[in-house]
Amino acid sequence: MSPSPLPGTPLVHLAGITKSYRRGAQRVAVLSGISFDIAAGEFLALMGPSGSGKSTLLNLIAGIDRPDSGLLAVAGNDLGAMSEADLADWRARHVGFIFQFYNLMPVLTAFENVELPLLLTHLSRRERAEHVAFVLDMVGLGDRMEHRPGELSGGQQQRVAIARALVTDPDLIVADEPTGDLDRESAEDILRLLQHLNRDLGKTIVMVTHDARAAEHAHAVMHLEKGELSARVDNP
Amino acid sequence: MILGAVLRHALRNATRHRLRSGLTVLGMVVAILAYGLLQTVVGAWYANANNASDTRLITRNSISLVFPMPLNYRQKIRAVEGLNQVSLANWFGAIYKEPKNFFAQFAVSDDYFAIYPEFIIDEDQMRDYRRDRRGCIVGRKLANTYGFKIGDAVTLKGTIFPGDWTFVVRAIYDGRKESTDETQFFFHWDFLNETVKQRYARRADQVGVFVSSVRDPDDMARVALEIDGQFRNSAAETLSETEKAFQLGFVAMTGAIVTAVELVSYVVIFIIMAVMANTMAMTARERTAEYATLKALGFSPSFVAGLVLAESLTIALIGGAIGIALTYPVAQGFAQAVGTLFPVFRVAPHTVLLQLACALLVGLLAAWLPARRAARVPIVEGLRSVV
Repeated sequence: MSPSPLPGTPLVHLAGITKSYRRGAQRVAVLSGISFDIAAGEFLALMGPSGSGKSTLLNLIAGIDRPDSGLLAVAGNDLGAMSEADLADWRARHVGFIFQFYNLMPVLTAFENVELPLLLTHLSRRERAEHVAFVLDMVGLGDRMEHRPGELSGGQQQRVAIARALVTDPDLIVADEPTGDLDRESAEDILRLLQHLNRDLGKTIVMVTHDARAAEHAHAVMHLEKGELSARVDNP
Repeated sequence: MILGAVLRHALRNATRHRLRSGLTVLGMVVAILAYGLLQTVVGAWYANANNASDTRLITRNSISLVFPMPLNYRQKIRAVEGLNQVSLANWFGAIYKEPKNFFAQFAVSDDYFAIYPEFIIDEDQMRDYRRDRRGCIVGRKLANTYGFKIGDAVTLKGTIFPGDWTFVVRAIYDGRKESTDETQFFFHWDFLNETVKQRYARRADQVGVFVSSVRDPDDMARVALEIDGQFRNSAAETLSETEKAFQLGFVAMTGAIVTAVELVSYVVIFIIMAVMANTMAMTARERTAEYATLKALGFSPSFVAGLVLAESLTIALIGGAIGIALTYPVAQGFAQAVGTLFPVFRVAPHTVLLQLACALLVGLLAAWLPARRAARVPIVEGLRSVV
């Protein structure tokens, strides 16, 4: 694996990315010629109407989907050139995922959910327990470790998901509508937490959102329209 | 570490839909239990053949077992080199009180028991039996079934040899092995022959089968050929065969029934496999998004397939274990219900192994396609799935 990029150098580099899906007999273009960089330590919001391709773009950056053409490099790694196994290994080490519906394992406790990514490392049981306790404390759920997702509120479940995304200390955190299923108050809490991760821990965050108020928490907002980047606006 | 995680996760997944898992486990219990019982029935059918000694040779009339042979054949058989002992027996086929009370009865020569060391008989009881011409020896299971005790008079209604025949129980034998038939009834061949002489003189001095013990089992074929050669072109030609072949001849008469029973036992397994496969397909489909999440986090497709497989095996093995555990008491109850119809009815160790293998196979095959699909679904497609 390549080392993390130096500060100021782009963590994510996209050049001429295209992506289309087959719908029946037709091929539908989702992304056409997307090119941009995301600097290390940046908090970027991707906005756009439904079907604009923002989630597809996020999936490509996270390495869970592959572009049809173009270059996609994250931390110097050409994702398109990696095998499935290498890509899975790379995701486990470098990417933290936050989903709209949390995607926690309902049969596992908060502790076990957060511990999941660490099972792919060589950490001992004790070291894993220390890491999990640390991140759960950080998201304010140190006293909810033994609770299962069904016993937690939506906001708390998303905090567990954030802890899971954070526990391997990844370079990049991708968040797909992280506040889409939450009330305003919980959403604000989650956004403040993401800001904290970005500002104080230096995590690079790419967040897809429909919510303009959520996007205000990012450094910059990029708009996608019919698979093309229409604008990039830096937040004050 | 990963294996532990798979097992922990799979075990919890298995108890997630308690009703569904419970019903599937129940289905497995019934299927494995039914399979075990049916296999035990098949085993019971073959019990006598399986218990047959490899040193005993049975000589009968070559036309059919129904036709007897003259008593004087015994001397000629004794003259054949390689034999230790030659005893004789006649099938009696009488009824005890009612036709449903079936058990095997044989009139045997006194040296018969020396050839059957698997029958353990108390020396004093044996002496009493020899002294009493109306004496009889009964198996322990038969005695327990009908409450026969030493000294009891037992009257049988003859069918092959008509009339009432009263015997006195002088000995009760135990089987040396668990698989020894303890449901037989033996009495003196001399008593039968003397009575027949008085009642139907034409049928006297006739023997059903000669049972010989051969010194060297490898010499069995030569001895058999030599015995049969002595009686070639006589009025009653003989057929000599090993005891096992002789017993298998009886099984062959009901071969179609045995095959049907065996077939049904595997049909039961096939049905539960289909039920289980349906359960696992539904389960895996419901968890597509979870499996996709795990793969997104970096877990391999084989980890996801392992989850499905482990869950299926958990359900199959729990059901299988309960089914196996229940096989013993249910088989015991079944054996009591059918009385002496099956002389030996016990769950053999290899039946338990087969039950376990069936449970494993059901678990593996039922999970095969769902596991393959869960492993192959693209992450993005899996994350979008909503059930």
